This record gives sequence, structure tokens and C-alpha cells, in this order.
Amino acid sequence: MDRNYDVIVLGGGPAGLSAAIYAARAKVKTLVIDSGTIGGQMVLSYTIANYPGVPETSGHSLSRTMRKQAESFGATIISLANITALEINGCTKKVTIEDEGEFTAKTIILAPGGVPRRLGIPSEAAFEGLGISYCATCDGDFFTGKDIVVIGGGNSALEEAVSLTKYASSVTLVHEFDHFQAHPWAVEQAKLNPKIKFLMAQEVREFVGQESLSEVVVASKSDGTITRIPASGAFLFIGYQPNTGFLEGLVNLTDRKEISTDDAMRTNVPGVFAAGDARAKRYRQITTAVADGTIAALEAVEYVNHN
Amino acid sequence: MTLDTELKHVETVEQYKEIIENNEKVMICCGRMGPMCLPVYDVMEQLEDKRTDVKFYDMLFDSQVAMQTIRALPEVRHFNGLPFTIYYRNGKVVEATSSIQSKAQITKILDEKLGA
Repeated sequence: MDRNYDVIVLGGGPAGLSAAIYAARAKVKTLVIDSGTIGGQMVLSYTIANYPGVPETSGHSLSRTMRKQAESFGATIISLANITALEINGCTKKVTIEDEGEFTAKTIILAPGGVPRRLGIPSEAAFEGLGISYCATCDGDFFTGKDIVVIGGGNSALEEAVSLTKYASSVTLVHEFDHFQAHPWAVEQAKLNPKIKFLMAQEVREFVGQESLSEVVVASKSDGTITRIPASGAFLFIGYQPNTGFLEGLVNLTDRKEISTDDAMRTNVPGVFAAGDARAKRYRQITTAVADGTIAALEAVEYVNHN
Repeated sequence: MTLDTELKHVETVEQYKEIIENNEKVMICCGRMGPMCLPVYDVMEQLEDKRTDVKFYDMLFDSQVAMQTIRALPEVRHFNGLPFTIYYRNGKVVEATSSIQSKAQITKILDEKLGA
């Protein structure tokens, strides 16, 4: 495998793959490195119905098509990579991957995306796959006829709570605030569903069970009252956080740990661009990630041609 | 219907028995083409070339063979998340996991349970 590239794209979600398509098509030698599965969060979507030009598809299918496009233009793609070192200052950028060694490039596009936010309480990990789930479509049918809890107050939480009523006998929606972040129509749909109960302004304290989950313990944020909710399942939809831990101290990040860029996707480091959900911006959609990736690639190509 | 992966598929009970009885180390991922399953298949496909001592297979969760084999194992009785991933050594289950697993988690199990 070649070691020296013009552009290294860190991240293989829609932003990274779009960047790779544009860069490789511009005859710029391009390497994509992803620490996970190619497709990023896009793969988490069973159905994508709002990607222009594609009536309806799955995240898996769309990511596979994007990957094939990038590879057809000459991009090299490495997935499931463990990045052990990253040097982005200076003219030559260096990325070291466990078992693969060092790769260099003239420019880097950071597109690490986001990861689902966890509550971070100790009992959460213990019940993953044993009652705690992050995917209603994947695991909903395990809870047919059972009582479950949905945690969160955004669109995903409200929509998935409604969808889970197809299986569960009851859904208790637990949210940390006294109001929802979801769109009014999503809230209305949930409130109209007789199977859904609401527990607002609650903090999740603990998940309890023997071999699998049996109870979710929450505390009122106003007076500390403890409520023990009997539940075989708990679905968490509490948003995403940028996957930028490995960039601390390397590029400017916002208070929310998102990468700061200008409109041309330039970071504060010359020759380093950023795109996608890890970038500081308001809207996070596949389409906005694709736009970011396109702009970052065009700017990176320009940078390569002038440096 | 089969899974759209590069892995070899287990499609009959006879094939399942033959695989775990005639191979010392086997890993089977029983799932669907969903977001929690795809990353596990991806890891297995990548490890297949590196861990030649282990036989890697997948199995469709909704198939008859899954219902009669992996889904009937006592080790998965409390599992509530796809995929169910089972590790066998000399025909016996040595580890079983539920839901998505990272490459690091899978490699750790392979090293600890299906090591040399």
C-alpha cells in the first residue's frame, strides 16, 4: 500500500466519502481512514427518505454506493483503523495506524463525525444488549408485550417512542428537562398515543436487574423524589457528541468540542480542513455533511495545487 | 434470504453442526442487516484474513437454522439486542455477546477465549 498521499481524510461517513469522491476525481491522491465502519452514523439509519435524487434507501446501501464511487475514482479506504499518532502541524501531515504504520499527506480533512451520547452511569454498560438499546428498529421486537422506557426529549426519542408502541405494552418517556426539544408535531404524536406516559425533569440514576434489565431508577430534578420504573427495556436517544477527543490540543475546538472552521472548512491549522457533524454548525444532516465534504475537498485540492 | 456480507453463511442445522464439530475455533454472528449488526460483520470480514485459525460465519437471525441453534442456546436466554455473537472452541460455547461490539472488544475475546 502507498504511504504518501496528497489528501488524507479522517472519517468515512458522508462528509469524508464526499470529500474523497471530489478529491480523487480531481486526480488528487486520496486516502480515507475510519476508526469504525465506513458510512459513519449514516449506517445507523434503516431508511433515508430525504436524500435528494434517491427516493428511499438504507444508510447501509447509500454508504456502500458512496464508498464504491470514491474507490472508482481512485481513493484508498481503510476502515476499523486504530489511529495511534497524528501530526498535523507542518507541511507534511502524518497519521499512524496500529498494524499499518505511518501515512503522510500534504493536507488533511477531518471528518470524524459523532457518536451516540451515553448517560455515562456505571450500570448502563452492564445492561447493553440485556435491555438497554440504542436502536428501536433493531431491538424493538424483543420487547413485545413488555414495559419499556425511552430516555430523551428530541425528535428521535419522541418518534421512536411512538414506533416502539407497536411492540411494547407501555412506554414511559423520561426526559431531563420539563419541556421537549422535539418538533411540536413529534410531541403531539407521542401525546396522542395512549401507551405513552411522560416523566419530565428526571435524572436517570441507575439501571437495575439480575441477568437482564428489570427497573430504571430516576430522580426528580426539582425535589429529588426517587421513582422506580419497572421495565424490561430502556432505549436511549439522548443525542450525539462530536468524535473529537483525539483532536484536543491539535485544532481549535468550541466549548461543545466541535471543530471550529470558516466557511471554506478551514481550521486554524494551515492545510487542515474539517467537514461533517464534528464541525461547529447548526444543522446536521447527510446532505449538510455532503456539502461540507465537497467544500473541504475543493479547498484541499486548491491547497495541494498551490503548496 | 441471506445476509448481504462477504462472510460465509450458515444456512442449515446440518451445516451448523458440521462447522462447530469439525473446527476448533469458530465465531458466528447471528443478526440482520441492521446498524448494530453491520459493524460486527465488518470487523469479522477484516479479521478473517488475519485470524486464519478462526472460522468466521454469519447467520440470518430470522432463519429456521437460527431458531433451532443459536437462538435456542441457554447463553442467549437474556439477550435483548442484535446481533447475537457466539464464540465456540472444540464445539463448545466459550463466549456469547449481545448487541454491537467494537473491533477492540471482539479482538479481546478472540485473544482470551480463542487464543493459541
